[in-house]
Amino acid sequence: MDSESLLLSLELASGSGQGLSPDRRASLLTSLTLVKRDYRYDRVLFWGRILGIVADYYIAQGLSADQLAPRKTLYSLNCMEWSLLPPATEEMMTQTSVVKGRFMGDPSHEYEHTEMQKVNDGEKVFDEEVVVQIKEESRLVSIIDQIDKAVAVIPRGALYKTPFGPIHVNRTFEGLSLSEAKKLSSYFHFREPIELKNKTLLEKADMDPSLDFLDSLEYDIPKGSWSMQMERGNTLVVLRSLLWPGLTFFHAPHTKNCGYIYVGTGEKNIDLPFML
Amino acid sequence: MGDPEFPPQEPLGSQEDQDTLDVQAMRSNLMGWPQAAENQEMYQPEEAQLGTPQYLSPNVSFPAGYQPQPFQEEGDAQLPLSTNLMMQQLQQGQGTFFQHLDSTYQDPRQGFPSSSALYSGEEARFEGAQQGPYMQEDPAYPFLSGDMGYVPFNMDLPEPEPRELAVQNAKAYLLQTSINSHLSLYEHLVNVLTKILNQRPENPLSMLEWLNRTAQAEWFHPKLDTLRDDPEMQPTYEMAERQRALFVRGGQGEGEQEMEEEVAGVGLSSDESFRIFMALKQLVEQQPIHTCRFWGKILGLSRSYLVAEVEFREGEEEGEEEEVEEVVEGGEPLEPRDEEEGEEDEEKAADAIPKPTWKPPPVIPREESRSGTNKYLYFVCNEPGRAWTRLPHVTPLQIVQARKIKKFFTGYLDAPVVSFPPFPGNEANYLRAQIARISAATHISPLGFYQFGEEEGDEEEEGGAGRESFEENPDFEGIPVLELVDSMANWVHHVQHILPQGRCSWVNPMQKMEEEEELGEEEEKADEGIEEVEQEIGPPLLTPLSEDAEILHMSPWTARLSCSLCPQYSVAVVRSNLWPGAYTYATGKKFENIYIGWGHKYSPDNFNPPLPAPIQQEYPSGPDVMEMSDPTVEEEQALKAAQEQALAAAEEEEEDEEEEEEEDLED
Repeated sequence: MDSESLLLSLELASGSGQGLSPDRRASLLTSLTLVKRDYRYDRVLFWGRILGIVADYYIAQGLSADQLAPRKTLYSLNCMEWSLLPPATEEMMTQTSVVKGRFMGDPSHEYEHTEMQKVNDGEKVFDEEVVVQIKEESRLVSIIDQIDKAVAVIPRGALYKTPFGPIHVNRTFEGLSLSEAKKLSSYFHFREPIELKNKTLLEKADMDPSLDFLDSLEYDIPKGSWSMQMERGNTLVVLRSLLWPGLTFFHAPHTKNCGYIYVGTGEKNIDLPFML
Repeated sequence: MGDPEFPPQEPLGSQEDQDTLDVQAMRSNLMGWPQAAENQEMYQPEEAQLGTPQYLSPNVSFPAGYQPQPFQEEGDAQLPLSTNLMMQQLQQGQGTFFQHLDSTYQDPRQGFPSSSALYSGEEARFEGAQQGPYMQEDPAYPFLSGDMGYVPFNMDLPEPEPRELAVQNAKAYLLQTSINSHLSLYEHLVNVLTKILNQRPENPLSMLEWLNRTAQAEWFHPKLDTLRDDPEMQPTYEMAERQRALFVRGGQGEGEQEMEEEVAGVGLSSDESFRIFMALKQLVEQQPIHTCRFWGKILGLSRSYLVAEVEFREGEEEGEEEEVEEVVEGGEPLEPRDEEEGEEDEEKAADAIPKPTWKPPPVIPREESRSGTNKYLYFVCNEPGRAWTRLPHVTPLQIVQARKIKKFFTGYLDAPVVSFPPFPGNEANYLRAQIARISAATHISPLGFYQFGEEEGDEEEEGGAGRESFEENPDFEGIPVLELVDSMANWVHHVQHILPQGRCSWVNPMQKMEEEEELGEEEEKADEGIEEVEQEIGPPLLTPLSEDAEILHMSPWTARLSCSLCPQYSVAVVRSNLWPGAYTYATGKKFENIYIGWGHKYSPDNFNPPLPAPIQQEYPSGPDVMEMSDPTVEEEQALKAAQEQALAAAEEEEEDEEEEEEEDLED
């Protein structure tokens, strides 16, 4: 959610039960403004909160003028001092995919993982147990990246693409209408499109190239991994992801207010197919 | 030069030249036509002096009956050719036209009054057939109406100049309509400009985008009916009406719970909490309720559940529940009787079909109301303002099965729960079972808040099952927040633990089985069924949290101060790691439990549904039933050969014997 409309967004996203206490809200308002100034970001998003056992991580992201460019991620333990996280790499993702369980809450904590590695000793090849140390920071980076790639949501029309390439925020976006807001196809993944080229020609003919340049949520696998509800007496659309429980996206139809926040343990819900 | 965008609406005269230049500039800017084209200079004075305001007119509709004056009628000397015709000629690239205009250029100035008079006549003629007096101004006018056939085209005209061609192309491009809408850019711009000129807003440049958007919206969605409501907004208004009914009754708000929730950073937003509080008040008025508490919110796929924990007044019994139970239990004793009769008939038949040895496991009776898992009654609703529905009591079997499955709630109480092992009940039962489990696992209170009652000595009678009742401690002094956060020993469970059986107090299933056996007549099998069943014991009431089992070396509870910057004002918040979404917050003497989440337990391992049971043995295997493979051909032949050999051997022996006998006889 945008740091500029933080209070309203927190209010609208509170239906999932996770909020922030007043002192945290106040600290966020101040510190995010400073982050924006110091790092010269175009927009700063308050991404959410990852609950750890000892402490929680508060995550913010900074965007440059091109909305789809890789984002900078920052974390903080007290909503005041923010530290930049390194960008996610493939190697980091594979390394941290073996770590399971909750986050500790201490960024310097190291998970130990024993692996069998083949060691060449002259002509003999034998397996040796190697203990690999994985830092919690890398795990944090890869989880945030995974969540962004999988379930970050933006409504159709909020971003538009110029012929020269960069994606801009659409200042004339007035919100979806009620009938549009109830369809999953009006919401897009807020990431580089993957499925777009697989569309049939008929579908492509109906698409508006300046607005429909992202993947929609309609074809997500498994089907039904999004729960859509109307809250507050039909004036707020809330999308909750079942694959990453804790991600809430809200949008008030006919208004510009929209945003998403993740408050959860940072674990994927692998049991989803059994639960539907 | 005056207003650079729109020339003033003054009558022509000395300003003519300026106006024409303005018009020219405007036209070229708007229409993208090449500026300072010769032709523009030519015809614009004609238009200007016709005495009409020099701006474009709306082309919202075209008069069907428009009949432009045929060209021949005018004649050469006739000055006020309607500008449309002039444009026509221009478009068609008639070279003579320019000369014509050249010659007539001076004339208009002289014949100004007459031309205007003539034009007004035309104006009157055309006014009825068109929307405004400005239609002729639009150079595209004759083209837009569509029926151009009447305009004669002289074949002996020279080819159009490239500049005019460019102009025509640009115009045609602007007039293009997209497939989705029948609105072309040209028409849209005309609409926008007319709107601006009609409304004359301050600083229109900054509002240009908004004007653009609203003009488009109005074109497609004209506001026709001020009386009828927007059909899309219907459900929203309905909900608002219902919620308004909540607020109609006055009453003091007990806002303390919400304030603390907010401070703790837990729970729903303040206005939502308030609405829920009003809905609870409504519930209290409808039902005979002694105590009522907001238990929490369980999220579902299409809708969510708001759960209220309620205790009825003394003596108020729920009549509905008992009826349902009777029906269920009535079915059970009938079944064994049917089986008996069937079996007796079959025994009389020639082949006795082997009797099945499977017996259904004994049904463990559910706990009485106001005790154990059914201590409180629960009401649910989907949104504040909707009616509250009561949830049925939970049976031990439902709890046992609920532990084995993991399903999302859909939001509809009568939805079936499709799972393996099959869940006995629909979503309302599953919801109730989960609520019972969550309450038993996560309802905690500060140490000392509750104490056991004065009457003791019941312990031994119940076989060490523990005390069931507790009461508030009037001498409770409160534990400082820092201590609450520090150690888990300062918190205790105040809800009974649910045994593996599914109940809080243990019941021997064997006793129930004996009752059922009396109805049936299976004596022999009874011996096999009786097993030694151990009594199940759980941790007693009011055990501290430090005794709770760990999840993979992780404490099942996380305690935090809500605000670390100012500890004296903060609230102690305890989160459950076992049931994510369960929170307890306490400050000084007060505490509160709440659950907001999906309603599932946290398990570090993946969920593995149980495998189907192995195939049952239909009947005991004996020699008649045992399958044996048929002898193969070789075996049969070998047997035959062996038999023949045996026969042959026997015959030979006989022959030998006969020979011996004959020999004996001979001697």
